[in-house]
Amino acid sequence: MELHEQSIAQLSRRLGAGEVSSTELTTHMLERIRAHDAALNCFITVTEETALAQAKTADERIAAGQAGPLTGVPIAHKDIFCTLDVRTSCGSRMLENFMSPYDATVVGKLQQAGTVMLGKTNMDEFAMGSSNETSYFGPVRNPWDTGTVPGGSSGGSAAAVAARLCVAATGTDTGGSIRQPAALTGITGLKPTYGRCSRWGMVAFASSLDQAGPMARSAEDVAFMLAGIAGFDERDSTSAQRPVDDYAGALGNDIRGVRIGVVREFMGDGLDAGVGASVLAAVEELKRLGAEMVEISLPNAGLSVPAYYVVAPAECSSNLARFDGVRYGHRCEDPKDLEDLYKRSRSEGFGAEVKRRIMIGTYALSAGYYDAYYLKAQKVRQLIADDFRQAFEKCDVIVGPTAPGTAFRLGEKADDPVSMYLQDIYTIAVNLAGLPGMSIPAPASDGMPVGLQLIGSYFDEARLLNVAHQLQLATDWHRQRPAGF
Amino acid sequence: MSLTSDEVAKIAHLARLAVEPQQLEALGAELSKILDLVAEMDAVDTGQVTPMAHPLEMAQRLREDLVTEPIARERYQAGAPAVENGLFLVPKVIE
Repeated sequence: MELHEQSIAQLSRRLGAGEVSSTELTTHMLERIRAHDAALNCFITVTEETALAQAKTADERIAAGQAGPLTGVPIAHKDIFCTLDVRTSCGSRMLENFMSPYDATVVGKLQQAGTVMLGKTNMDEFAMGSSNETSYFGPVRNPWDTGTVPGGSSGGSAAAVAARLCVAATGTDTGGSIRQPAALTGITGLKPTYGRCSRWGMVAFASSLDQAGPMARSAEDVAFMLAGIAGFDERDSTSAQRPVDDYAGALGNDIRGVRIGVVREFMGDGLDAGVGASVLAAVEELKRLGAEMVEISLPNAGLSVPAYYVVAPAECSSNLARFDGVRYGHRCEDPKDLEDLYKRSRSEGFGAEVKRRIMIGTYALSAGYYDAYYLKAQKVRQLIADDFRQAFEKCDVIVGPTAPGTAFRLGEKADDPVSMYLQDIYTIAVNLAGLPGMSIPAPASDGMPVGLQLIGSYFDEARLLNVAHQLQLATDWHRQRPAGF
Repeated sequence: MSLTSDEVAKIAHLARLAVEPQQLEALGAELSKILDLVAEMDAVDTGQVTPMAHPLEMAQRLREDLVTEPIARERYQAGAPAVENGLFLVPKVIE
């Protein structure tokens, strides 16, 4: 099997046995990036020198018998994670030349684990988008059909994993930004429980929703990556103080008797028929593996997109106030006074979607509108979280579609923000509640990938990964690869 | 919901964004569509519901009041657009 087709467990074994070095593996992946990325635009920055230096260090660690499961494995980071001495652009002109003075906790932990950073991946600007078309650095293309989008906002990470340009990648998910691109590119992605992975050094979009997570080609690979990044961080004020489960150790558990809740509201109007059929085929397979099916209802889930488009923009307008053209980031030419400096620097530095969200958030928080918008949205958020609490009394894992359709054409939704927002109709409720969610490949529809979403109760990532892994042992949906890559 | 051009201009000012006068109307229409989506929340009665500010029930952690970070002003200012003698430069504020 080709090097870039191998799992983290396989690579780790071969690296440990001396059959391949991390330097050879890294060189191979860098060659693949050179050969294929021009067609996809997955990477904003390729860090060849850093990668080769880290590979050499990894080879030394392996030789010294100090390797862990991720040592020597080439990965990529979404360009929202701060990296010391490597540009962190967040997909924005605002941070086109921004060099972080520190590494994000997630980046530091993966470096400690011995991973090799191949580069920083493209993304929707400030993680605001569901198609990767809002990036200042140009859209990413879906390797399954380069006329279609890879989803977003972690579209560069998703496309790079799908095209085998890296073994795994980091992503972030505020309303679906790991799961929806994972679905559209046929890979496996996990958004952990809010607070499970540190947000420190992750450029903030909506702080009560943002969460980092791994993207890879299988649940098993995702389990190794999650083990690398999960855990308490005193530098993140909302980091969860609780032990990290043994994710890889739980993968082999029998799933007979696990109660799977199928969301009635997610299988009706608005769902593409082909996607619906694929999701049901995956549900049938879970049943065949001995899982018990129950129908559940999330009656307020339909209000998740409206509530999100108050909460997320409100937090975004506050977080993005830091980009003032004074301390870092873009500054306009020849400001005539301080107000002109703020206004022109921000208007030149931010793209249209980011400005729209800042303005919606500013409006929702402005004097006289707080109760009608922000307070109302927080109450609806409570109703949505309550729906999940009740559902988890009847089931252990919730399943449904990740996205309402397969990958759409570039430009198809770019002029209609609201239709783009509805891409996240099945994923946003999970962020509002703070729950862990995954997307794994279901059978393809018309040759394009479909995502099955798995939602767990708080901190139940090990069970989600277990169910996903057992399904992947019994099927080959996650082994499909795009032609030409 | 339909925002007027004056309202859009006011929001843009509060957000410190420069919007050309000829863009106000189109931007107002876009923002109004988003607010129409948001207004779907009005269909549910939330009179008795406690607002949820945050997904985890947690108290703010406290720490010992100790110095934990070294001063690294030069490093932090290295990416600033304009700096002099360790100070960030902006246009004159007081005439």
